[in-house]
Amino acid sequence: MKLTLNEEQEMLRKTARDFLTDKCSKKFVKQMEESDTGYSRELWQEMAELGWMGLVFPEKYGGGNMSFLDLAVLLEEMGRACLPGPFFSTVVLGGLPVLELGSEEQKLAYLPQLVRGEKIFTLAWSEPGYYNYSAAAIAVEAKPENGKYFITGTKLFVPDAHIADYILCVAKTKPRGGFTTFIVAAKTVGINCTVLKTTAGDKLCEVVFDRTPVTKDNILGRLNQRQRSLQRIIERAAVGKCCEMVGNLQKVLEITLEYAKTRKQFDRAIGSFQIIQHCLADMATDVDGARFSTYQAAWMLSQDLPCTKEVAIAKAWASQASQRVITLAHQIHGAIGVTMEHELHYYTRRAKAAELAFGDADFHREIVAREMGL
Amino acid sequence: MDFSFTEGQNKFRQEVRDFLEREIKKGYWVPTCDAWVQGFNPDFTKRVAQKGWIGLTWPKKYGGQERSHVDRLILTEEMLRYGAPAACHWISDRQVGGAILSFGSEELKQEFLPRIVRGEIYFGLGMSEPEAGSDLASLQTRAVEDGDYYVINGQKTWTSCASFAHYFDVYARTDPSAPKHRGISEFIVDARSPGVTRIPMVDITGTEAWNDIFFDNVRVHKKYLVGEKNRGFYQVLHQLDYERSGMERLMGNYPLFEALLQFVKENKLSRRPVIRNKLAQLQIEFEVGRLLIYRVALVMDEGRAPNWESAMSKAYCTEFEKRLAAVAMEILGPYGQLTSNSKLAPLRGMALHSYLGSKGYSLQAGTTEILKNILAVRGLGLPAS
Repeated sequence: MKLTLNEEQEMLRKTARDFLTDKCSKKFVKQMEESDTGYSRELWQEMAELGWMGLVFPEKYGGGNMSFLDLAVLLEEMGRACLPGPFFSTVVLGGLPVLELGSEEQKLAYLPQLVRGEKIFTLAWSEPGYYNYSAAAIAVEAKPENGKYFITGTKLFVPDAHIADYILCVAKTKPRGGFTTFIVAAKTVGINCTVLKTTAGDKLCEVVFDRTPVTKDNILGRLNQRQRSLQRIIERAAVGKCCEMVGNLQKVLEITLEYAKTRKQFDRAIGSFQIIQHCLADMATDVDGARFSTYQAAWMLSQDLPCTKEVAIAKAWASQASQRVITLAHQIHGAIGVTMEHELHYYTRRAKAAELAFGDADFHREIVAREMGL
Repeated sequence: MDFSFTEGQNKFRQEVRDFLEREIKKGYWVPTCDAWVQGFNPDFTKRVAQKGWIGLTWPKKYGGQERSHVDRLILTEEMLRYGAPAACHWISDRQVGGAILSFGSEELKQEFLPRIVRGEIYFGLGMSEPEAGSDLASLQTRAVEDGDYYVINGQKTWTSCASFAHYFDVYARTDPSAPKHRGISEFIVDARSPGVTRIPMVDITGTEAWNDIFFDNVRVHKKYLVGEKNRGFYQVLHQLDYERSGMERLMGNYPLFEALLQFVKENKLSRRPVIRNKLAQLQIEFEVGRLLIYRVALVMDEGRAPNWESAMSKAYCTEFEKRLAAVAMEILGPYGQLTSNSKLAPLRGMALHSYLGSKGYSLQAGTTEILKNILAVRGLGLPAS
């Protein structure tokens, strides 16, 4: 057992932190939030050159052959920097499912372009309605017709679909419990994409499929998969999101600590008051809990171990802990923390978005309950 | 990062489980909440000693096994999972032995460690006093030099396991003129010394949980001074870091958790969303606490004394224990109030016992408030208040 990073991961962390400190200022984040595309092509290309897009993919696709655990370190740094753009969509939601489900031919076709930063991917999973992160709730249908399939229905909260080159669309292909993942060129006729206005400015989209034609070649892996075999996609996404949250929360803790040490009232640093100290102690405990439970799940994913329960524990914990940490951070910062002038709001808005992504605490608690045999 | 155990560790865990299951099967004892601190069973302690499981991390020359703190955590985790009556040796094994190892003379090590390892002697702690709780440095018990001896006078309180203890690890003031942190020394006092009186105290559950210990001109030979004279306060802080480090802060009531899960399944309560939600939340909190405690063991295996890390895990975990008891009581409804000797009491009355007993968990070995101070100042670098 070891709960610290290895040397290689420490180096990756340092490189990522230095790079993002330099390239991803809050001013840049703000620009991206306000821009239509939500990312900078130039920065994207630089990230590709650093090998980030390819980090987790095998060498034969041009990747760096590193593990999901290594990717976790990078995602944590991205969360810490509030990095805007389609990295998560492309690598975690797009590339990893291609690697997991795709045929060798598909992998060779898609992954090298992804690794080089040439193509952007995303995943269209969730749909209108509430409480529906499991595959069972998927209602978008792909109907066979003359040797083709036609996808019809609405996908919601699809990140970065407006700039994506390829959309992985999970659709129902059998009335009862047959789901198929199609990899669709975003330019295909019958795909209509609208960027939603969200708190984090993170370009979640409504994607409407209206008799979008696809062929057998667009099927990622097998036709008519069972719900369970697609669950890994969401598990990985949930853990990836937790990694970003850990980075977010660690930074919030650090900002708040710094503020408590320097802000003076009653002629002393407010961090010398026990009431503030105990809030910060609670925050640190929440952050470490999020860190260890997240890395435990990430480690299990990279070892390819069954980890439905550990993933759910990580996401349930991070979802709730993040709200506690953010709330205390605001309380300690006082009024300056609720202004646009201060940087805290970037973390607050992103933490909320992350909490809601890939299942909130209630959703994951139910998974834990099932895994407990309840 | 690596969240796996070695093959040897997995085997060891299994070996401990097999041992404990055999014990239960033979009817030697029944899994009980708080058995690590209230389950006095000298025969069990002897059998554990025969396995070589006391002083697991200590040097071989004192009878230890020189194994890692993670190994020891595996051992204690299983003891707690099965609610094993390990109170006779728990405190010596967890902290007093380590204190002697860290600060004691070679003579003291030779005299005490092998006997602890063999399960022959048990220790109680003489730290708190009626007027010195969280502010331990203000303790008033005096130790005055008299030739080759110190003469101790004063009162200690909240001493667990005192009725069974052969020795007490006592902190007393040796220099009243020095600043209060710099005038305290640590002694090993034979519990049968003339002038030592123990008065049991009954806790809110009805258990004899502690003793008051009175010292009336108790003579202790100088060789039983542990470490340096007047350095006792720094030594006790070190020892407290170990006292807070373990899995007993999370799993002291594990038999209740297990019984509660069984109960809701058997009584078809587990389909109710409210109950599923509560129990899943407990499981989530439990797993997080477990990781926080393994981190502490890993810190110890790096050769560092855990400090803010054990303050964090202990503060967090005792809150978990309170929530576990609270959830159990909520699920049992009116049945929860029945005492263990009532004919209708579910779960052998464990829920009520834990509900009442857990109020003390966040007080012993450092209140949650003191622990958060430690975490804030030592861990996060905030200015002392």
